[in-house]
Amino acid sequence: MADVLVVDDLDVTFQLHNSEVKAVSDLDFALAEGETLAVVGESGSGKSQAFLSIMGLLAKNGKGSGRAMLGDTNLIGLSPGELDRYRGKDIAMIFQDPMTSLNPALRIRTQLGEVLVRHQGYDRERANRAVIEMLERVGIPEPVKRASAYPHELSGGMRQRVMIAMALLCRPKVLIADEPTTALDVTVQAQMLDLFKTLTNDFGTALVLITHDLGVVAGVADRMMVMYGGRCIEKGPTDTLFYDPRHPYTLGLLHSTPNVDKRAARLDPIQGLPPSLEHLPRGCAFHPRCAFRFDRCFEERPPLLPVEDVREKACWYQGELNYEEVA
Amino acid sequence: MLGYALRRVLTAIPIVLLTITVCFFILRLAPGGPFDGERALPPDQLRNIRAYYHLDEPLVMQFFRYVAGVAQGNFGPSMVMKDFTVARLIGIGLPFTLMLGFTAFIVGTVAGLVAGAIAAVNQNRWPDYLLVFVVLIPIIIPNFLMANVVQLVFGVYLHWLPVGGYTPGAWLNLVLPVLILAMPHGARVARLTRGSMIEVLGTNYIRTARSKGLGARLILARHAIKPALIPVVSYLGPGLSYLLTGSLVVEQVFALPGIGKYFITAALNRDYGVVLGTTILYVFIILALNLIVDVVYAWLDPKVRFR
Ligand SMILES: Nc1ncnc2c1ncn2[C@@H]1O[C@H](COP(=O)(O)OP(=O)(O)OP(=O)(O)O)[C@@H](O)[C@H]1O
Ligand code: SF4
Ligand SMILES: [Mg+2]
Repeated sequence: MADVLVVDDLDVTFQLHNSEVKAVSDLDFALAEGETLAVVGESGSGKSQAFLSIMGLLAKNGKGSGRAMLGDTNLIGLSPGELDRYRGKDIAMIFQDPMTSLNPALRIRTQLGEVLVRHQGYDRERANRAVIEMLERVGIPEPVKRASAYPHELSGGMRQRVMIAMALLCRPKVLIADEPTTALDVTVQAQMLDLFKTLTNDFGTALVLITHDLGVVAGVADRMMVMYGGRCIEKGPTDTLFYDPRHPYTLGLLHSTPNVDKRAARLDPIQGLPPSLEHLPRGCAFHPRCAFRFDRCFEERPPLLPVEDVREKACWYQGELNYEEVA
Repeated sequence: MLGYALRRVLTAIPIVLLTITVCFFILRLAPGGPFDGERALPPDQLRNIRAYYHLDEPLVMQFFRYVAGVAQGNFGPSMVMKDFTVARLIGIGLPFTLMLGFTAFIVGTVAGLVAGAIAAVNQNRWPDYLLVFVVLIPIIIPNFLMANVVQLVFGVYLHWLPVGGYTPGAWLNLVLPVLILAMPHGARVARLTRGSMIEVLGTNYIRTARSKGLGARLILARHAIKPALIPVVSYLGPGLSYLLTGSLVVEQVFALPGIGKYFITAALNRDYGVVLGTTILYVFIILALNLIVDVVYAWLDPKVRFR
């Protein structure tokens, strides 16, 4: 299927007082129409910043460079005004915290309707009808009443549904969901993932699901991209990464997730802390925590290279990955 | 909403009563009295006058007499300006004071809002640095000093504007007093607006609005201004009361015919009726303003909207 978003050589740099820090380096990936890509990695690995840069939403001291091609348009480096032709229409984003992501001073229908007025040229009334329809579609009971509500009158789960409705109003080609379930009750999380799956399917929207919960990924994502220290270190079809991880970090992540892998008898977080981006280790950034490291890992950074047809990894180690060796 | 307003008006009654009580007794506890002039009056004459104004009765009796009078709209006579009632004095001075105060309020608020918003949008660039500095000046330098400076510069040296005085229609005479009154108020509004606007612009919901491609102008007008106004509006009530009391001083400096003249003379002469009457009116005005502010507040912040 055709690619809707092609990211190439994406870097994100933050300017600090008298230094800079690279939060994302050399990121490449392509997103096919309607597919779901999971982006996983520990806190601080650059997941959010990579996609915020594509949306033009970086903090003031941040800057993206490289390419993020949405069709023929490179989103990186566009002015906010130019980006506004695409944001909310062809590419939309949902954020982690539904409690603070809606404007407390405006009614739900205002916050949703304005998207259609802006991008589809609807008048208020038509926008209202479309909003109510969409609210119903994301499973909000009494949508007419809720449309007139203010955010504080809705529960967290309800608000995240509203966010989903808002993001999908224009049936975007790409939806980026940054940890959309983290702030919600465990019971609501599964429903929410179902909703994502159904709606993106119906609309043919490609979904990027950012998470550090591998349990979320298993049933939902077609492909998976693992990030460490601002770089992609392994990517490929979800099943192959789950059952046959080739990068020691991916292996470690899998073992730190309960209920996913029966081989792990106990919850086994990866030893050590994620690296600080300002002081990334020389060579392979993962080497201080890696059980498979050898002399080459201390000196040279492994490039992301194909393993078999459909997967890639960035690791020098070529032998068998045996979990018992780690534990 | 109407019920809410009514409840608020009712709760205002005990506040007014409390103010009257406190002011009444504090005034009486202060040493001196309305008839301690430069030359002491002969004792029997003093006794007569005191009896005439019921000052010889027990304090509590006087208090109840006064409250009963006020309840009927009678603020009593001025004890110093013999031919005037308190109501008459207030009637002469208050309209001017209110006009001066409200004009300064509107000028200061509008200027403060605009300046604060411009600074916030340009955070850490020169318009912002300029504002943060300029705004400190009227906050640090006291009113009366500032008044003298502008009188000297614009009145005495440049001859652009009159130094003081006012007759109806001479609006040029009001420029400097309004400026002096408006500046500290505007400065506070600007600081508040800048701070809250910067905070709002950094919130998650503004990021959401940007992710929707709404455009900078719509985001500012629809998404940022309302929440950013909340802390500003809650300052406006007290802000206006500062203006109205501050105008007492400014009226003196610019020799303006407001209530300030009477009030200050009255306070110095222990003209009990005038001081109390003016205070009560101010309390009324301030309570009314706070009611208005609360209604606006509720409109801005749906979370406090009354059922
Ligand atoms: N405004 C900023 N200035 C400087 N550095 C920043 C800024 N914003 C983010 N960073 C850096 O970027 C790094 C990556 O952040 P990012 O938000 O992408 O992490 P993440 O993978 O999404 O983590 P999490 O799971 O916690 O959301 C952070 O660790 C931080 O060092
Ligand atoms: S390159 Fe070396 S240190 Fe890095 S993950 Fe592979 S084996 Fe471990
Ligand atoms: Mg994140």
